Amino acid sequence: MIRLTAVTRTFHMGDQAIHALNNIDLHIASGEYVSIMGPSGSGKSTLLNIIGLLDRPDSGSYELDNRLITDLSETEQARIRREKIGFVFQSFHLIPRLTAAENIELPLILSGIAPEQRQVRVHAALQAFELTQRANHRPAELSGGQRQRVAIARATVMRPGVILADEPTGNLDHQIGAEVMSLLENLHRSGTTLIVVTHDRELGARAHRQIGMRDGNIFADRSDDAA
Amino acid sequence: MTLPDTLQTSFKTVLSYRIRSLLIVLAMALGVASVIVLTALSDGARNYVINQFSSIGTNLLVVLPGRAETAGSFLGSVLGQTPRDLTLKDAQLLGRLPQVKRYAPLNIGAAELSAANRLREVTVLGSNANLIPIRHMKLAQGNFLPHGTERSAQIVLGAKIANEFFPRSQAIGQRVRLGDNRFLVSGVLAPQGESMGFNTDEIVIIPIDYAQTMFNTTSLFRILVEAKNHSEIESAKQAILAALKQSHDGEDDTTVITQDAVLATFDRILHALTLAVGGIAAISLIVAGILVMNVMLVAVNQRTAEIGLLKAIGATSVDIRRLFFAEAIWLSLAGAFLGFLLGELGSGLIRFAYPQLPAWAPAWASIAGIGVALATGILASLFPASRAARLDAVNALGKR
Ligand SMILES: Nc1ncnc2c1ncn2[C@@H]1O[C@H](COP(=O)(O)OP(=O)(O)OP(=O)(O)O)[C@@H](O)[C@H]1O
Ligand SMILES: [Mg+2]
Repeated sequence: MIRLTAVTRTFHMGDQAIHALNNIDLHIASGEYVSIMGPSGSGKSTLLNIIGLLDRPDSGSYELDNRLITDLSETEQARIRREKIGFVFQSFHLIPRLTAAENIELPLILSGIAPEQRQVRVHAALQAFELTQRANHRPAELSGGQRQRVAIARATVMRPGVILADEPTGNLDHQIGAEVMSLLENLHRSGTTLIVVTHDRELGARAHRQIGMRDGNIFADRSDDAA
Repeated sequence: MTLPDTLQTSFKTVLSYRIRSLLIVLAMALGVASVIVLTALSDGARNYVINQFSSIGTNLLVVLPGRAETAGSFLGSVLGQTPRDLTLKDAQLLGRLPQVKRYAPLNIGAAELSAANRLREVTVLGSNANLIPIRHMKLAQGNFLPHGTERSAQIVLGAKIANEFFPRSQAIGQRVRLGDNRFLVSGVLAPQGESMGFNTDEIVIIPIDYAQTMFNTTSLFRILVEAKNHSEIESAKQAILAALKQSHDGEDDTTVITQDAVLATFDRILHALTLAVGGIAAISLIVAGILVMNVMLVAVNQRTAEIGLLKAIGATSVDIRRLFFAEAIWLSLAGAFLGFLLGELGSGLIRFAYPQLPAWAPAWASIAGIGVALATGILASLFPASRAARLDAVNALGKR
């Protein structure tokens, strides 16, 4: 469960104030599939970063699973990121010198999970995303789709309740993008909350709830009755 | 993140930036190695000098005419007094002091030695039988002025000279001519080689009376005195000065040098040299530390996106700081270890090339070299590591 109340985020560029988020109220229930669309600079990434605890709101409050996040310590927030949130980025953000398996293992290492258990979970993740053959390849040796699959495997290896994807298909061609989307949708089907930022109307329309943003405001919030 | 995981992860990072890591480790290693090699050289030189100087005698005091630079000598020269010579009578006086075990008067000159159709100029020492034990010289054969023969015309030949003049025959018992006098060869010195710049293999030793006659002098060049034991060196020195003052009509016109004092001075000077050389070498370690800092800062810049990602997947600032810190520790450890090996290898090679030089790095220098390497490496990484830890996750992720 995600609840934002009167959240604002303002950036200052010189003497100019940019209201990236303008008094946002938003409630997303557990297990929802939400897409966020809007023109460039409308605040989509900023919203996602705040939900993902990478950024803090200037004012307003944020509750995640009935817990007020806004005034938790840095360490506590890192713990929540580790355990409850999985990020997927447009540019994959894999570490180039690590193999696919090692990239996937990172969140487990950060959580202090024992090596034997890590191996089991990395193995399962590789299998789930059909990457077993590529386990020992570095990102440079993988295709775009494979890279994003590694990134998704990494985002899900801790079994977080929320997956945040910021234009996950932005660097992929249409068909591969659709495949990646269906992987994410599979996660949603197994109960994970899925929030996807996208510029692609067609992909956005696949979500059961579509949020439109403009100038730091939510101007549309539509739910599919079919869901 | 657990400590073993932090260490292992950073170790892998170090390995994957192979060239970068190699260069840092090399810089560190050369710094440590130069501390070790240079201090080994310098301490080896110290030990060499000390050994050489110790080998010339035990509990040795050297009496020489003239007052060493003090106000007294200045006054003396102003008043037109010349220091009185040391005489054989003075030497005998010293022999009666209770602190003195034995003494050897000494005169030095040069003369032509001829025998067996050969002729050459040699350095001549005039002394008594005690010279040989006091100066730690060894006789290969024969003896010199044993009791009861103090006034006989005996001569001891240095090893090389004996070999030159009597290559095939026994030197002992041969008659030789030195200057205008005939001598009977009574002993041959064992080869000793160079010691304190003085080659005992190419000298001859004759009784002091003959030397004084030959060089037409009544004064002595030196008197060598051996104190009864180590604790009596200082009191022997005082007693000698007092005795000579009395015999020289109350004039303080002799100088006594104790081997101990000279040794201590050499030791102090050369020890200071070792310290200075070690310190200079340690500067290269600090340079290596600055290199580590620079490289770590570059690494933080290069890996900004990676740091952002680590934060996004749940790394705390502490995790990030430790990762970068551990990287620097690995580099410094490897550098210090390699440097230690290189340094030991280097000083080993020096010992191999110059066997007389005991080129062992003192323990303090090795420990300090390694310590300084670790400390500078670690200190230099503090700032880059905390800079990495403070990076804003969103901005860091935005960087490519
Ligand atoms: N670190 C920052 N410093 C200054 N301004 C920022 C910063 N991050 C975002 N902004 C500004 O905030 C506004 C919202 O940015 P945001 O990245 O959320 O937009 P977006 O909707 O994700 O755009 P896009 O579709 O191009 O990714 C923009 O005007 C952007 O310039
Ligand atoms: Mg964006």
